[in-house]
Amino acid sequence: MTARSAPAPPDAPTGDVPETVVVVSDLWKRFGETVALAGVSLVVRRGEIQVIMGPSGCGKSVLLKHLVGLLRPDRGEVLVFGQPVHTLAVPDLDALRIRIGVVFQSAALFDSLSVAENVAFPLRRHTSLPEAEIAAGVRDMLAVVEMDGTGALMPAALSGGMRKRVGIARALALRPSLILYDEPTAGLDPLTGRTVDDLILRLRREMGVTSVVVTHDLVSAFLLADHLGVMDAGQLIAAGRPDEILASPHPFVQRFLATRTMEVART
Amino acid sequence: MVRMRQQPLASRGPGALAVIGAAVLHGIAHTGRATLMLLDALRWLVRGRLEVRQTILQMNRIGVDSVPIVLVTGAFTGMTLAHHTVRQFIDFGAQVFIGGLVTLSMAREAGPVFTAITVAGRVGAGMAAEIGAMAVTEQIDALRVLATDPVRYLVLPRLLAAALALPLLTMFANLVGGIGGFAIATAYGVTEGTFMASVQRFLVPYDLIAGLVKAFFFGVIIAAVGCYRGLHAEGGADGVGRGATGAVVTSLVLILVCNYFLNLLFF
Repeated sequence: MTARSAPAPPDAPTGDVPETVVVVSDLWKRFGETVALAGVSLVVRRGEIQVIMGPSGCGKSVLLKHLVGLLRPDRGEVLVFGQPVHTLAVPDLDALRIRIGVVFQSAALFDSLSVAENVAFPLRRHTSLPEAEIAAGVRDMLAVVEMDGTGALMPAALSGGMRKRVGIARALALRPSLILYDEPTAGLDPLTGRTVDDLILRLRREMGVTSVVVTHDLVSAFLLADHLGVMDAGQLIAAGRPDEILASPHPFVQRFLATRTMEVART
Repeated sequence: MVRMRQQPLASRGPGALAVIGAAVLHGIAHTGRATLMLLDALRWLVRGRLEVRQTILQMNRIGVDSVPIVLVTGAFTGMTLAHHTVRQFIDFGAQVFIGGLVTLSMAREAGPVFTAITVAGRVGAGMAAEIGAMAVTEQIDALRVLATDPVRYLVLPRLLAAALALPLLTMFANLVGGIGGFAIATAYGVTEGTFMASVQRFLVPYDLIAGLVKAFFFGVIIAAVGCYRGLHAEGGADGVGRGATGAVVTSLVLILVCNYFLNLLFF
C-alpha cells in the first residue's frame, strides 16, 4: 500500500502541475483489422476543460483509456504531467494514476461496496489516514456532489444520475489534478445531465482541476469546453475553441453539428 | 430430380485442419494468459502483499458457506461406498476389509474429488460471474485507475482462500463419509469393532495427507479458472453467463485430469 499524506482541502491549489498537463503525439491504435486511433495529437493545458466530441465508435473513449494507461498505443506518445504513460512500468504508472481521477461511462461503482465504501476506497488504499478522517473525507466528497446522507446505500439502489455523481466523488477523493470523464451525461435525462455538467464546471472553478471530457452530447460539449476536438474514424479532424468549431468548414463537423442540432430541436 | 450444385472451393468454410489448428492456438493462448495470471498472483504472494480482509471474506464464502453442502455430499458418498461394498464383502466373509475400504476410498479419492466438484459448482461459477460482471461494467478498469492491481485485489485472495479451504472441507467430507459408511456397515450387521479395526489396519496418515494435498491443487484450479474466466468475460450478461458455465466445465475437466496425474504421483 502506498503511504501518502492527507489530501489537501478542496480549495487547495493543484500543486506542482506543469503548464501542459496532457500531450498526445501521433497516437495510433489498432484492434485486429479495426483502426481505433489514426495519428491523434492533442495538448491540454492546466486548468482547462478539453472536450472530445464525436459519434459512437469514433475512438474517443479509446483515446481516454490511453491517457490513464489502460491501453498501450501501437505508435505515438502520451505524456501526462510530463511522464510518458505509454512506457511507464506498473509502479510508476500507479503513482501517476493516483494524480488522475477517472469518471467512467457506467460510473463503475463497486457493486459489493456501499456508496461510502466506494468513495473511501482510494483513501483507504493510498493514504494512511485514520478511519475518522476518512469518514469525514467521504462526507465532504459526497457533499461536493450533493449526495449527502447516501453513504449507507448500495450502488444498486441509486439512479443513473446519482451513480454518476458518486463516481465523480470517488474520482475526487484523492484530490486529483486531472479528471477524465467518459460520457458523463450519457444515459441521463437532460435535466440530470445538466446537473452533472454544472458539477464539472463547479469542480474546475472551485478546485482548479484540469478536465478531459469525452462526449457525444452537443449541449454538454459546448457548455463545458474551453477547447473542443471533433473525432471521426480515429482521427481528430477539428480542434479549437467552441466558436472556431462552430465555424469549421470541415464537412463532417458541419454534418455532425447539424444532425445533433436537429436531434435537440426534435426533443 | 434436383441436382446439388457443387460449391466452389473458395466459398467453403475453413477445413478441419484449420479449425483444429485455431482451437489449439486458442487453447494455448488461454493457457498462457492463465499461467501469467497465476505467476502474477505468486509474485504478490512472495512479496507479502496480501489483501487480508478480502482473503478472510473469501475464506468465509468459499470455506464456511460450503460446509453444509460438503457435509451432505460427503456423508452420502461414504454411505454409498459402504452400501455397494458391504453386501458383497459379507457374502465373501471379508467384513474385515469394509472399514478400511470405505475410509481409504474417501481419503484418497471420493473426499477430495467430490468436495472439489461440489465447490466448483457452488463457488467457481459464482466467482466467474462476480468478476465477469465487474469486467463488463468497467469495475476492473476502475480498480486499475485507482492504482489497484486486480490480480492482487481479486485473484490472490480467492486463490489463497480456495487453496486453504479445500483441504479443510475435504477433512470434513472424509470424517462424515467415514461416519456415514460406519452407520451403513453396522446397519448391515458389521460390528463396530470389526469396522474400526479395519480402518486402523488399512488407513495410514499418508493416504489422508495425499488426499488433502490433492484438494489443495483442486482449490487452486477452481479459483484460478473462476477468476480467469471472470476477468476475460466480454459482451455483457451473455458473456458473464458463458464465463460462469465455462468456469465450471473447465474446472471439472481439469480436476479430473489433475486427479489422475496426482494419483500417479502419490499412489
